[in-house]
Amino acid sequence: MARLLEVNNLKTYFFTEEGVVRAVNGVTWHLDEGETLALVGESGSGKSVTAMSILRLIPNPPGRIVEGTITFEGKDLLKMNDAELRSIRGNRIAMVFQEPMTSLNPVLTIGQQLREAIQLHLGLSTDDATTRAVELLELVGIPEADQRVKDYPHQFSGGMRQRVMIAMALSCNPRLLIADEPTTALDVTIQAQVLEIMARLATDLNTAVLIITHNLGVVARYADRVNVMYAGEIVESGSAVDVFKRPRMPYTVGLMASVPRLDATEHVRLTTIEGQPPLLVQEIHGCPFRPRCDWAIDKCATDHPELEEKEPGHWARCHRNPQVDEKTRVPASEAAAAAN
Amino acid sequence: MTTTASGSAGSKVAYQSTVKHGETLVNVEGLKMYFPVNAGLFVQKKVADVRAVDNLSFHVLKGETLGLVGESGCGKSTTGRALIQLYRPTDGSVNFGGTELTKLKGNDLRRFRRRMQMIFQDPYSSLNPRMSVQQIIGEPLAIHGLYKGNERKERIEYILQAVGLNPAFARRYPHEFSGGQRQRIGIGRALAVEPEFIVCDEPVSALDVSIQAQVINLLEDLQEQFGLTYLFIAHDLAVVRHISDRVAVMYLGKMMELADRNELYQNPLHPYTKALLSAVPITDPELERTRERIILTGDVPSPLRPPPGCVFNTRCPIAVDECRERVPEWREIVPTHWVACHRV
Ligand SMILES: Nc1ncnc2c1ncn2[C@@H]1O[C@H](COP(=O)(O)OP(=O)(O)OP(=O)(O)O)[C@@H](O)[C@H]1O
Ligand SMILES: Nc1ncnc2c1ncn2[C@@H]1O[C@H](COP(=O)(O)OP(=O)(O)OP(=O)(O)O)[C@@H](O)[C@H]1O
Ligand SMILES: [Mg+2]
Ligand SMILES: [Mg+2]
Repeated sequence: MARLLEVNNLKTYFFTEEGVVRAVNGVTWHLDEGETLALVGESGSGKSVTAMSILRLIPNPPGRIVEGTITFEGKDLLKMNDAELRSIRGNRIAMVFQEPMTSLNPVLTIGQQLREAIQLHLGLSTDDATTRAVELLELVGIPEADQRVKDYPHQFSGGMRQRVMIAMALSCNPRLLIADEPTTALDVTIQAQVLEIMARLATDLNTAVLIITHNLGVVARYADRVNVMYAGEIVESGSAVDVFKRPRMPYTVGLMASVPRLDATEHVRLTTIEGQPPLLVQEIHGCPFRPRCDWAIDKCATDHPELEEKEPGHWARCHRNPQVDEKTRVPASEAAAAAN
Repeated sequence: MTTTASGSAGSKVAYQSTVKHGETLVNVEGLKMYFPVNAGLFVQKKVADVRAVDNLSFHVLKGETLGLVGESGCGKSTTGRALIQLYRPTDGSVNFGGTELTKLKGNDLRRFRRRMQMIFQDPYSSLNPRMSVQQIIGEPLAIHGLYKGNERKERIEYILQAVGLNPAFARRYPHEFSGGQRQRIGIGRALAVEPEFIVCDEPVSALDVSIQAQVINLLEDLQEQFGLTYLFIAHDLAVVRHISDRVAVMYLGKMMELADRNELYQNPLHPYTKALLSAVPITDPELERTRERIILTGDVPSPLRPPPGCVFNTRCPIAVDECRERVPEWREIVPTHWVACHRV
């Protein structure tokens, strides 16, 4: 598979009155064509800021990309002028955000908005664009699409509006779709409808997807690879199976063990991660997770761990080498200790 | 424990029962909560009813957690509020420990309110920003005239400790706390008046997963310590499975199914429950990718115009003519397993 996107040592900071918020602090990752990558991690860890940096939508001031490169189809997005950017945004790179109501214009019909997006990017005539808009609505499962194009956003339910956003995002065959919490506001059965449609279209069009979500079940189902973020850094990265079954960084271990399982027949007490993430305005020495980590040793307070390849394709940022039991998700050494 | 995982109806599934064999604390019969919809420019006239809760019958056992799940707007919060009389039901009976609550008024009702409390979803908007933590927790004590003077101060300290907050924080204000800490304050406020029954309305939905786990563990500890009974409302089915003894599933104001936790998750009978469970992805990538799913089509109908017959018939994959004509009966199909479906 060809390399589509390469993010290299990206640093996005916010210069606020309280100090410099190092929201994204040197992340490096890549995405291949047709691949689905998930970004997960604690609230405030820099997931949305990463996505906004790719689209160059960081509000300035207070925010600024201070370092790094973002190479998309071989060109550095950070070096492009506004015209070049506009031809890529909403076209080669499309996006879907959490709140579909705010992303749609309330005074235009669904059909007008779809048509506008299609004409802008594909240069079709009004009639052809209308036909295409109806097709797109049908594609995302809106019944009686030829009638519903005349409706305004408030006449659609939340799930329908989000499907419209996906239709709009995919209307111009993007190479990359960025979806930031695309279904968080939706109900379980509607969420399943929307995600299935998104995944199916992405597969059909060979579109790469960057999905940001708190829902680890969604990651388990749809993501090829996972990046776990903590305090502005990637702390673990690998295939969904590697990261979920054999997490190698204590934050990920804690994250996995703190989610109740739908298929759990026995009641096990949930594991919690005590404490709070560090304030990003402070310079962090050593490992940012150290104050909350059961595994920490002296070195963790002084040496910042590098992202290391722990097994082929599975990277983690940790001086220790925690290994968990694949079934119980309890760190192996703890399991051994409990058995004694 | 032996488990033969299977989702199909009627299959024999072996598991430990989670039903507690105790006395009934709350008994609900034919509960209805309708909200009038008014229209008209000068004279407001009632034009319709939102049937937020329509004819529910179930009970809550002393000391158990009854989970309540269903999609947005199906009537979960309304049910919780009608149970503890924050809403006065349109019709039906709510019996609490032998007393009919729907008939109580004034002081008699106020006395009962102490025994039934509520924890809210949003730890930000549900706390008064101008009140310190000790004022927030002290307020219900003052309302019910409990613990005076120094005793009240001690009570507040005791409650703060019970919910895992440092009593030294008593003078601080809500904005000085994190989301998880604020939710602890809300739990403390509910707990202060020594209730027997707490309606937990989405108490962890607004929290990050690692904080969610702390609050769930706290609720479990407090239940054990104080012998509390919970109605636990949530849309996260994994959380509900984790915390509940029995689980009820609602759809458009009606109860679809109610059963022992493991029975419901391993042997769901109602097509809506099946679809709901299969729609939730599980956190195991290998299992998840091979799992069969039922993806429902269409949207939830408006509660202003619920479809005739079974309210689920417009999205039901196995609906027949009868489902569009007759409301299915709420029946106990095997002991402790209730369902409302013509096709079971
Ligand atoms: N405009 C801004 N000004 C100052 N700080 C900001 C701004 N936008 C974001 N930040 C900070 O950057 C950090 C990362 O935020 P980001 O929105 O990327 O988090 P996230 O991982 O998406 O979290 P969530 O899961 O809650 O959406 C946070 O500490 C946030 O407070
Ligand atoms: N005070 C009210 N006046 C009028 N209608 C109401 C009122 N409270 C609730 N409703 C309506 O009753 C129905 C049930 O609402 P309820 O809040 O109980 O749902 P819910 O299951 O708690 O949903 P959610 O998961 O979104 O919290 C909805 O259609 C709602 O709009
Ligand atoms: Mg975000
Ligand atoms: Mg509610």
